[in-house]
Amino acid sequence: MQQKQTRPLVELLGVTQRYGRGERQFTAIQDVNLVISEGEFVALLGPSGCGKSTLLRIITGLNRPTEGLVRYRGKTLNGVNPYATIVFQTFALFPWLTVEENVAVALRARGFSRDEARKRAVELIDLVGLDGFEQAYPRELSGGMRQKVGIARALAVDPELLCLDEPFSALDVLSAETLRGEVLELWTGGSLKIRAVLMVSHNIEEAVFMADRIVVMDKNPGRIIAEVPVNLPHPRDRKSDAFAAIVSRVYAVLAGQTQPEAIEYGTEPGQNGQTRLLPPASVTALAGLLEQANATEYERDPIVQLQDELGLDLDQLLPLIEAAELLGFARIENGNLILTPLGEAFAEASIQARKEIFASRLRRLPFFRWMLRMIAAADNQSLRWEVLLTALEPEFPPEVAERQLDIALEWGRYAELFAYDDAEGRFFLETPVATA
Amino acid sequence: MFKPRTFTPDVPVRPLLTRADLWLLLTIIGLLALVVGIAERAPATVQGPEISLSLSALPFYAIRSVGRMAIAYALSFLFTMVYGYIAAYNARAERILIPLLDVLQSVPILSFLPVVLLGLSAILPEAWAVELTAIVLIFTSQVWNMTFAWYQSLTTIPRELREASSIFRFSRWQRFTTLEFPFGALALVWNSMMSWAGGWFFLMAAEIFTLGERDFRLPGLGAFLQTAADAGDLNSIVWGLLTLIVVIVLLDQLIWRPLLVWAGQFRIELVERDDENRSWLYDLLSGSKLAAWFGHVIGRLNDTLLVWFGRRPAADPYLSGTEKSSPIEWLAFVLSVVLIGWGVFSGGQLLLRVPLEQWAMIALSVGATMLRVVMAMILALLWTVPVGVLIGTRPAVAAVLQPVIQIAASIPATALFPVLVLVFLTVPGGLNIAAVLLMLLGTQWYILFNVIAGASAIPQDLRFTTELLQLRGWERWQTLILPALFPSLVTGLITASGGAWNASIVAEYVVFNQQTYQTIGIGAQIAAATEAGDFAGLFAATLVMVIVVVAINRLFWRRLYRLAETRYRME
Repeated sequence: MQQKQTRPLVELLGVTQRYGRGERQFTAIQDVNLVISEGEFVALLGPSGCGKSTLLRIITGLNRPTEGLVRYRGKTLNGVNPYATIVFQTFALFPWLTVEENVAVALRARGFSRDEARKRAVELIDLVGLDGFEQAYPRELSGGMRQKVGIARALAVDPELLCLDEPFSALDVLSAETLRGEVLELWTGGSLKIRAVLMVSHNIEEAVFMADRIVVMDKNPGRIIAEVPVNLPHPRDRKSDAFAAIVSRVYAVLAGQTQPEAIEYGTEPGQNGQTRLLPPASVTALAGLLEQANATEYERDPIVQLQDELGLDLDQLLPLIEAAELLGFARIENGNLILTPLGEAFAEASIQARKEIFASRLRRLPFFRWMLRMIAAADNQSLRWEVLLTALEPEFPPEVAERQLDIALEWGRYAELFAYDDAEGRFFLETPVATA
Repeated sequence: MFKPRTFTPDVPVRPLLTRADLWLLLTIIGLLALVVGIAERAPATVQGPEISLSLSALPFYAIRSVGRMAIAYALSFLFTMVYGYIAAYNARAERILIPLLDVLQSVPILSFLPVVLLGLSAILPEAWAVELTAIVLIFTSQVWNMTFAWYQSLTTIPRELREASSIFRFSRWQRFTTLEFPFGALALVWNSMMSWAGGWFFLMAAEIFTLGERDFRLPGLGAFLQTAADAGDLNSIVWGLLTLIVVIVLLDQLIWRPLLVWAGQFRIELVERDDENRSWLYDLLSGSKLAAWFGHVIGRLNDTLLVWFGRRPAADPYLSGTEKSSPIEWLAFVLSVVLIGWGVFSGGQLLLRVPLEQWAMIALSVGATMLRVVMAMILALLWTVPVGVLIGTRPAVAAVLQPVIQIAASIPATALFPVLVLVFLTVPGGLNIAAVLLMLLGTQWYILFNVIAGASAIPQDLRFTTELLQLRGWERWQTLILPALFPSLVTGLITASGGAWNASIVAEYVVFNQQTYQTIGIGAQIAAATEAGDFAGLFAATLVMVIVVVAINRLFWRRLYRLAETRYRME
């Protein structure tokens, strides 16, 4: 199908999405330019919070961007795009309607009469292989079957642009794999009117398996950092070297490169310069990653192999790697994860020794230096949660500030840098220090 | 024409009408005959201001009361739909409408009475005006919780379902019938049931009232009970109560149970679960052809409406996040500013007419009523917590007690109040005790039902753990039961205390046998001012009560609620 036609279907010009106002403003998506051409299957890939789902909603016209333009077939989009449709992550089926009614309801909205809608719905249900389940309710179906209903409903409106919003991430491994094949069959079969597919994903292999082009996004703010073409014929062989090479390449783009300490750490909150966000990594999971990385003999790309062995999603793995980097337990070089001697020591240490290593590393981070100083300077060396939150708010939007404080709380408690009384909502120092 | 012989597996022969239809037809005919019979045999006196105590008048009175409730409920439903919809979809209106609703629901219902009656009398013949006043009073006791529930369900529709209805270009009507109404149906049915219970409570007060010199009576069960109590006619009281119970049970069986089961299909969770609600009528109807035909007619009607309302896809402000001002909005804004300005001005003038001593009395009264409310809550907690936990944790006990409690809870406390007064008026401080008892009777069920729900939701593994740890007696209550109950206790108490404040108006001021009995209390102030036609006093007392109730909600209950949500939530 590729390269048959290259007329642009969707064009994004300088699309920016901001939430909030004034000082609390938060940029979800910054200056995105993207073209989706006819005949293309494009995957949007990135860590959670990079705005890929928001971008999909902007493309379909569900959200209006703060700045920039969306063009569809050269015309500026104003409102929901009638030629686009979405297959949702959580299926978004109406639980009180049967399978048939769920599909028919989309047809009725397009002006089909009751009988026409029913007839067409039955055909579509056949097409996705759900014949016999027309009168079943969604709650009686497995996840994979529910998503088939979602696909049938999306096809019902004869879309030109089919958008898939992490369509397989709520499914079990086997159902997901089957459905991927079936979606590809529908797409490459060419009997449908679909001109292009846009899929949001956080699964690298899935993107390489299905898409013609992978658009990689990063967060803070959400933006496009790379585009990786996948010029492999369908059906694609996951075991082939060409496939693995593309997967590795995407990993390398996503994992980035460890920067010198000054850049990695950023500045303290309240000072000039960018404060480094703490990645949402739990201490237990981080320890698990380091232990696994320490024990593994690598046969292939370390990150890919680790992800496989730990059975983690990209969404779960990336923050862990980021935390390991930030704390000096690991380095990323050319897309490879390498444990530092400190990381190896941590992986092999006892419970108490781990806490000490962790504490010594946390004390170096500007965020924790700032936090400890704030608490030590307060009356009774104890500080209310809200005070720290307020102090962080010029730096981050409110939800992010709260999330950051949550992460700092978990890390700091583990390292026994400070304690926290949940009933009173107060931080206080474990061992009081004399203030200078 | 030659027809190939085929082997047909057992195709069930479908009769034109099923047995269920037969039952249904018989029931309908029976009910019709009953109503006609009652209407034919209505005694002559039921129309007038005199209330007959003859037993043959009872069915007729029951029908009149139910009719009043039904009309008020229909109004509540309409109001709920419109008000909730506007509040949910217009961010600007929401900022005014929702706080306003919060205030409105804490305005004591009977304070509306004089204003409504005078307003209606000005434009309608008096008989109509009185009847409508009663309906408006019942309306104000039914509507607020329904509106809140509808608004809340509209605002909590999952985002992806909203997006789906937008991306598939549903029109407004289609969005309403496939998404919004089904999503809110269960909450609406539950709240409708609560509203009917609240309606019965105030129906008793709405059918007999005095305003200034005038004494208004409407034919109905409430008036019957009141008159019977006035006459000290115990026989009539018992028959009146029995009729009331029969009516309430019938409504529950014929309307609310089936509706509850029907609404169960609109649950949002995608997991199968055992349905605890059953209804014999619903089972009967689902096997009936008549009902199926009726459903078909509704479907066709919906088709017509779909065309009627047009196919223009509805804009969804929840998704686009854009707010545009329409001329109507501006008009509404200007109108409300003018109305509020006028209200503040004339209200202020009224308040200036209230003498200082009366303000002092009002302050004292608020304190007295608060004490009574607290007493009633404590008494309610003392019995509902142990009993509720017993019922909630032991299915065997529940099987025996649940039906009894359901019937007991369905009797509006105000119906019993005349009896209470009859008993306690002879005791010193009797009205005080009776007032607390009425508050208790009217509101304890909210707490009890919440305790039962909370207790039955305590996770099995936590119960096993406490047993393994051999925690007994007080220790068990302290570590498991009380913390686990905390959220539902708070929910129950919030509703109950609101109800208790409202009940004070009926409880603290009683006209009995042409004699007035009252204690010190804000409810008595309001009732007395109503009866004397003292609008300034009525306004002042109502305003103070509203401010106190809203303040207690904001400062006390909301904090407890937040604590319940954060610390004592079961996850």
